[in-house]
Amino acid sequence: MAISSADHAIAPGDTPGGDGMSLFGSGSRRRGDRLFRSVALGAGLVVLAVLALIAASTTREAWPAFRSEGLSFITSSTWNPAEGRFGALAFIYGTVLSSVLALLLSVPVSLGIALYANEAAPSRIRRPVIYVMDLLAAIPSVVYGLWGIIVLAPFLGPNVYAPIDRAVGGWPIIGWFLHGTSGRSFMTAGIILAIMITPIITSLSREVIATVPAAQREAAYGMGATRWEMIRTAVLPWGRGGIVGAVMLGLGRAMGETIAVALVIGSQPGQITTHLFEAGDSMAAVIVNQFGEASGTHRAALVGLGVVLFIVTILVNVSARSIVSRFDRRARGV
Amino acid sequence: MSDLLQHPDTGDLLLRDTTRRSRRVRNRLATIWMAGSLVVAVVPLALVVGYVVAKGIGQLTPDWFTKDLPAVTRRAGGGMGPAIVGTLLITAVAAAMAIPLGVLGAIYLHEYGGRGRVARLIRFMADVMTGVPSIVMGLFVYTIWTINRGLSAFGGALALGCLMLPIIIRSTEEMLRLVPDELRQASYALGNRKWRTIVTVVLPASFGGITSGVMLAIARAAGETAPLVFTIGAARKLNLRIFDGPSTALSVQIFGNAQTPFEAAQARAWGAALTLVAIVFVLTILARVISARVARRHNA
Repeated sequence: MAISSADHAIAPGDTPGGDGMSLFGSGSRRRGDRLFRSVALGAGLVVLAVLALIAASTTREAWPAFRSEGLSFITSSTWNPAEGRFGALAFIYGTVLSSVLALLLSVPVSLGIALYANEAAPSRIRRPVIYVMDLLAAIPSVVYGLWGIIVLAPFLGPNVYAPIDRAVGGWPIIGWFLHGTSGRSFMTAGIILAIMITPIITSLSREVIATVPAAQREAAYGMGATRWEMIRTAVLPWGRGGIVGAVMLGLGRAMGETIAVALVIGSQPGQITTHLFEAGDSMAAVIVNQFGEASGTHRAALVGLGVVLFIVTILVNVSARSIVSRFDRRARGV
Repeated sequence: MSDLLQHPDTGDLLLRDTTRRSRRVRNRLATIWMAGSLVVAVVPLALVVGYVVAKGIGQLTPDWFTKDLPAVTRRAGGGMGPAIVGTLLITAVAAAMAIPLGVLGAIYLHEYGGRGRVARLIRFMADVMTGVPSIVMGLFVYTIWTINRGLSAFGGALALGCLMLPIIIRSTEEMLRLVPDELRQASYALGNRKWRTIVTVVLPASFGGITSGVMLAIARAAGETAPLVFTIGAARKLNLRIFDGPSTALSVQIFGNAQTPFEAAQARAWGAALTLVAIVFVLTILARVISARVARRHNA
């Protein structure tokens, strides 16, 4: 209630700060108002300025690499700094593959937790569920990376990937994917990313699910639906747009994640393979791994990877946000 | 809903015993999936926290907090003092830049802009900016600052500030929305101008909520690594001059030490991870406690 009343009442112009209100106070006090408004607007505009500056200054810095490679910067997979060849396709592939793996692992779990917390959990454990998600989100990515490289990867390689590879690695279709024995691999990166994006997708879809009108649930229950039937017929259709948006925001986060992936993906440049248990590389990971020893066009090419990453994540985020905001408008009935 | 009503088989479904059982079974399976998901998410949290505590706790001697980093990372000894101070310093400088800008920006969005075109654009772009990968922020600051001025703590703070800004704007705006309009009107009725109303009535009323959002933003920034790698370098000794010369931070130390095969270096990485996680958890939990208190007051 408070939210909507605040929204309507603060239209510019009908408050003492607006123009044409000379009833109260002198000109100098009105100047104070105008000054405050401009300062606040200036602070808001910093956001636009920073975004524009990011695009401009990184593109300028990457220009030598873009010019010498042209379109093959994103279509070639030959990355050879010694010969001055910079094709980023393999890194783009690695970013997409590890992020998609992360989504496949994370979405069922995130959605399950969101539904559990809102629909099925006894009320006294709902708050702890939210706390757990908060803490999971709070752990820095470098700590996940540390755990991934020292504990998880050395365990998964010989104890999980190798047996799977022995069992099904030779089969058609399944074997194309479940092949390889490297602990540091696309799959390990996908698992670490999945752990990291689960809290994001969970909390966003939980917010969406919470807006389902009680009348819809009660209508479903009233017709004799079980809880699952109620979720399927009342909750999920209502929340579909918002949940898709939440998943895409998770995707954006996974694609930009750097440190954890850099530690566990194995840093094998130029690798385009369907074998999930083999080492590869991603855009963000190669930037952080090679930046220290790079110079000249090599460094420009690494900044260029950042530009590509920026563009891709902006596109993913903008479409996610517009899906979410369309959903928001509908949920508020505007 | 109407689907269920018009379904020709509905009547039958409810009568036949076998279908009733299959509906119950499906419901049970769905519940198992939902509760099982929670377990699946808790396991990695417990494992990560467990490992960090078990392997890191042994490092936390008094020397850890006071001594400089060792010259040779593969040997034991030395401390993590400069990195702990570095993390706190860089995060504090970032917060000092991002908090005023973020709160002012949010004031514009909610108190002035409302649903106007400029405000909608800023709001949307702030949302987009939260999605910019932290490594891109690092590259950005590298191109506008580090290339010309060299490695410094301030470069890292700039990058972290850019990451914090949109988070603070959006969370603060949410909190300003919760301030009842009657408070503003009461202040206007007393003859207060709009800016005085905002400073003396609206901000104090939403102080708790704003603080909680700010602390979450700080917690997120304190754990960031990628924006710092190209901007602050790797100092071994404490460097309090934020504009001048390389610095270091806990996250950067974890990243560097995790990649080495040496036991002493890895142990140092776990110790730094425990220190960092402790800092971040304290901030997160404090933020939650504050926001829970705010929510209680709001509902009462």
